[in-house]
Amino acid sequence: MSNQAKYVFKGTPEQEQELLKVIDKYKNTEGALIPILHEAQEIYGYLPLEVQKIVSENANIPLAEIYGVVTFYAQFSLVPKGEYSIAVCLGTACYVKGSGNILEKIKEKLGIDVGECSEDGKFSLDATRCIGACGLAPVMTVNDEVYGRLEVKDVDKILEKYM
Amino acid sequence: MVNIKINGKDYSVAEGTTVLEAARSVGIDIPTLCYLKGVNEIGACRMCLVEVKGARALQAACVYPVSEGMEVMTNTPAVRNARKLNLELILSTHDRKCLTCVRNRNCELQALADNLGVTDIAYEGIRNEYDIDEISPSIVRDNNKCILCKRCVSTCKNVQTVAVIDAKNRGFNTEIGCAFDMPLAETPCVNCGQCITACPVGALREKSDIDRVWAALADPDKHVVVQTAPAVRAGLGEEFDMPIGTPVTGKMANALKQIGFDKVFDTDTGADLTIMEEGTEVIERIQNGGKLPVITSCSPGWVKFCEHNFPDFLDNLSSAKSPHEMFGAVLKTYYAQKQGIDPKNIVVVSIMPCTAKKFEAQRPELSNGDLQDVDIVLTTRELGRMIKQAGIDFKNIEDAPFDNPFGEATGAGVIFGATGGVMEAALRTVAEVLTGKSIENCDYTDVRGTDGIKRAEIKVGDLTLKAAVAHGLGNARKLLEAIREGKENYHFVEIMACPGGCVTGGGQPIRSAKERMDIDLKAERAKALYSEDINSQIRKSHENPVIKKLYDEFFEKPGSHKAHELLHTHYAKRENY
Repeated sequence: MSNQAKYVFKGTPEQEQELLKVIDKYKNTEGALIPILHEAQEIYGYLPLEVQKIVSENANIPLAEIYGVVTFYAQFSLVPKGEYSIAVCLGTACYVKGSGNILEKIKEKLGIDVGECSEDGKFSLDATRCIGACGLAPVMTVNDEVYGRLEVKDVDKILEKYM
Repeated sequence: MVNIKINGKDYSVAEGTTVLEAARSVGIDIPTLCYLKGVNEIGACRMCLVEVKGARALQAACVYPVSEGMEVMTNTPAVRNARKLNLELILSTHDRKCLTCVRNRNCELQALADNLGVTDIAYEGIRNEYDIDEISPSIVRDNNKCILCKRCVSTCKNVQTVAVIDAKNRGFNTEIGCAFDMPLAETPCVNCGQCITACPVGALREKSDIDRVWAALADPDKHVVVQTAPAVRAGLGEEFDMPIGTPVTGKMANALKQIGFDKVFDTDTGADLTIMEEGTEVIERIQNGGKLPVITSCSPGWVKFCEHNFPDFLDNLSSAKSPHEMFGAVLKTYYAQKQGIDPKNIVVVSIMPCTAKKFEAQRPELSNGDLQDVDIVLTTRELGRMIKQAGIDFKNIEDAPFDNPFGEATGAGVIFGATGGVMEAALRTVAEVLTGKSIENCDYTDVRGTDGIKRAEIKVGDLTLKAAVAHGLGNARKLLEAIREGKENYHFVEIMACPGGCVTGGGQPIRSAKERMDIDLKAERAKALYSEDINSQIRKSHENPVIKKLYDEFFEKPGSHKAHELLHTHYAKRENY
C-alpha cells in the first residue's frame, strides 16, 4: 500500500466541512465507522491518510482500526480513481478467453499496476470479479462504457479515445 | 454454581464462567493460544476446541459459557485431531527458525507443538514475507513470526487505549501493523512493551542493546557503571527458573560485578533523589497555590502518552526526571568529579523492567551538554541473557552488596517498582517535611494493591491530602478524564503506564497465558519489593545518608538551581500522526 504516497491530496475546505457534518450525523450511532467511510469516499473519491485522520480525530476511532477496516473491504480505496476508471473482468469466462493478456497490455500501455492511478489522474485500473457479461467475454469497462469480445490489439484504439 | 459434566465426571462450577475457566478450576487443562485472561478472549485460534453434547460442531472453550446440565468432553479423538490439524495449519505459515528465536524455550506455540504431539507438518504453506520493523528504539515487530492471535492488538487497544496496531488487509494477506504501514516509531506508540509480554511467540521483542554493552565493557578507556531499577530484582530470578516473586538483589549485584561492570549501583538511590525533588515540588505547589494535581513523571510510557493524548496536563507533570535519568546525571557530574574521571569516558547502563526507558534515554532534553544522562538501557530479559552469555551460575551465586559511594538505598526507593509505590514513598517524606515530625507508621496501605485506580485521603497535619493512583494507561485515561471534567480533584496523582507498575513492565520476564490464568504476576512480584522495604534499615528517602551527603556536598537543597539544572526536565505536546 506504500504506493499511495505519490498521490497529492487535493481535498478542499468545503469537502472537509461536508465530512465533518457526516461524522456529526453519526455521533450517537454505534458501529458508525463503515457508513462514515462510505460517505467519506463519496466526498473525496478515495480514503487517503488525510481523510482517515479527519475521521479518526473527530469520530474518536483509532487510525489503525480505521485503516484495518479500509484495507479489509474491497469497496474502499486508498488511491484516487482516475477521470477514466478502467476495469478488466477476470471472471472465469473472461479469463479463459484471455482477459489476463488484455490486462497486461493496459498495464504496459499506461505504466500503472492494478489498484493504481496514473500520475496525471487520468486513468485508474482495477481487475474485477465477474461482471455478468460473460456472453461478451473478454470484457473491459471504461467508466460506464462496456467493451466486449476484445483482443489485445483492440486495447490501443480504445485507450486512445480517452487520451 | 451450575452442575456440569466434564469427561464423564460431575462438577459444580461457578456460574457465568467459560468452559475453559470451569475446566481449569477443576484441574483439567485445555490448550490455548490466542487466549489471554481478561485481555483477549476471542476464540480465534481454535486450540481450545472441545465437544459439547448437543452442539453441532466442536466449540471454542474460551468463549463458550457453562450452563446447567452441560456435558463437555475435552479429550476425544475428534478433539485431539482438530486441535492438532489447526496447529499444523498455523505452523505451516510460521517462520520456524526456533533455534535462533528470542523466544526459544519460552514460546507458547513451540510448547503446544510439543504438547499436542506435532512431529511433522503435513502442509507446506506459502509464507508471506514481511519486512521487520526495527526503527523504534524500544520495540521490534517481526510479522514473519506472527500467528495473528491479536493478543498484542487487544493489549494496545483495550488495556492501554493506545491503539496503534491492528489487523489490516484480508484473508491470507492479513497482518498486524500500524495505519498506512507506518513503522511503530512514527505512530503515537508509547513504547510500553505490553504487546511484547502479551505475545505468545517471537513476533514482538525489545530492540536489543546487549552488544553495545559488551563493546563498552571491552573498551579499556571506558568506565562502565550499571544501575538496576527496583523491579528488576523482583523479576530477574524468573529468567533462571526461580519462583515468581523471589527477590534476587544480592545475586544480581554479584552477577553484574562478574560480568565486568566497573561499578554496580542501585537505581533506588536515584528513586530517593526523585522523592526529594518531586516531594519538594508537591509541597511547594500545595503551599504556593501551584498547578494541582502534581502528577508523577517516572514512567516514560505514561509521559509520552500524556504528550500525545493529554497535552493539557503537561504542566501538572512533575518536572523531576525519572530516577535512572537523575542518577545518570549525578554519575556524570558529582561522581565523575569525585572519582576524577572525565564524564565523556563514563558509560551509564541502566537495567530496567521497561522498554520505554530505551526511548526515554534518547530524549535530547535528558542530557547535560552533549552527554546523555544515560547511555544504554537493557531490559530485565536482556540482563538475563547477558548473565547466561557470561556463563554465570546465577541460581548458586553468592550475594554481593551494591558499590559505594551509593551503596545505601531505602525501602522507599525499592517500592517504586510496584503500583502505588512512588506515591507511598513520596508520602513518607512529604508528611514528615510538612509536619516537621517523625512519623512512626510509614505504611500507606491505601495506595497499595492491584485495583486499577486507587483513591485515598491522607491526613498530614492540618491538611487532608487527596491522592489517586492509576496503573495501565486505560485506567490513567479514565482518571484524567474525570479530573478534566472536574468530577474528581486531587493534590497528588501517581500514574504508571503498565498495569501493575514496573514489576509487570514491558521489559520483565514473559510468562505464558496459562501461568497468567492462575497467578497474578503484579501481586506476586510486588511482594518481593514490599518484603525488601519492610526489612530495610531506612525506609524514608530523606533519611538516606547518601542523599543527605549528595545535597550537602553538591546540590545544596532540593529544588536548588543546580538541582533544577541537572535533575529536572520539561515536556512538549506531540502530534498524533
